[in-house]
Amino acid sequence: MSKSPNMNRREFVTLVTTAIGSIMTAIVGIPAIGYVLSPALKAKKTDAWIPLGKLENYPVNQPTLFTFTRAKTNGWEKTVNSFGVFVVRKSDTEIEILSNVCTHLSCRVNWNTQKQEYICPCHDGHFNIDGKVDSGPPPRPLDQYEYKIEDGNLFIHLKES
Amino acid sequence: MMWKKLFNWLDERLGLTTIYNVVLDRKVPKVNWFFTLGSASLFLFVMQGVTGILLTVYYVPTPDHAYDSIQYIMNDVTFGWLIRGIHHWGATLMVLVVFLHMLRTFYFAAYKYPREITWLTGVILLLSTLGMGFTGYLLPWNQRSYWATTVGTEIPGTVPFIGQFITNVLRGGPDLSALTLSRFFSVHIWVLPAVIVGTIGIHLYLIIRIGISHIPDKDD
Repeated sequence: MSKSPNMNRREFVTLVTTAIGSIMTAIVGIPAIGYVLSPALKAKKTDAWIPLGKLENYPVNQPTLFTFTRAKTNGWEKTVNSFGVFVVRKSDTEIEILSNVCTHLSCRVNWNTQKQEYICPCHDGHFNIDGKVDSGPPPRPLDQYEYKIEDGNLFIHLKES
Repeated sequence: MMWKKLFNWLDERLGLTTIYNVVLDRKVPKVNWFFTLGSASLFLFVMQGVTGILLTVYYVPTPDHAYDSIQYIMNDVTFGWLIRGIHHWGATLMVLVVFLHMLRTFYFAAYKYPREITWLTGVILLLSTLGMGFTGYLLPWNQRSYWATTVGTEIPGTVPFIGQFITNVLRGGPDLSALTLSRFFSVHIWVLPAVIVGTIGIHLYLIIRIGISHIPDKDD
């Protein structure tokens, strides 16, 4: 067959088949990516002030654990998450609110009265009363919460992305 | 140049050109559009497989969550309505196309010697497709699927002597329950797909080995 400048039948069929195949793959393939990533992209952000009760209930210079739970809906199910914060009252006005989540791998730390340290049971991370790392693997100090006091009541700002 | 070298390296070891020649470049008689129904069935099966796998990312086969998980897919998941929609309509279309494929084979007498085994595997594929429809229908766990399966599992109960036993095996006990839902799900996503994939393998092997029949003429 002499070489024609135009497309021959076989080339045309190949092109059309490839084009239609690509379009059909894209119609399912591209939505499929969004479908799988959906819950990660649509996660709702938390932004709330949590009441921790009267400030005067917290003793001075002794970290006191306050725990609370928050419920949210993941997919078709209600998920209840537990939170714990240490309220450290330095004086009548100066307060620190430390998260009990270890900055290493998210285990929960405990206050050890004898050693005057927060100790993480998982990998032996030690933090001082202000949350600074004393020893162990944690890469940074314990996270602090923003707080406010209204009519003698303590509130902390819970933000989750 | 680079690609050509890479292709030649792979071809020498995998025999890609041979596969291409045997599978796609085989001689076929002059046929019409009815002869595309088999390929269409295969395409729909692959489509059901892909969308079905995606649905299992969110679907949960338990009475307390099945319905809610589908509501979530339909209302909250990005393009969830599309993926489930394709699976839903693809199921109906697949039953139709597989059935038409059987009619074409029957009317064109393509089931005769030497293609009897191709026909028999086709029977397995048709019945498996209907089984997929029957088991898949229960999974949304809504009123329609619940009562359809109540009726569908009650029917074998009319078989003399062993009827009740068959119903109990299908349901996993005398009641339509969580056990029914989980065994239908298992059959729907593991058992029947495995049967279908294996049988398609034999079916296609025979088509490639024997070739497809021509349209019967006056001499046949």
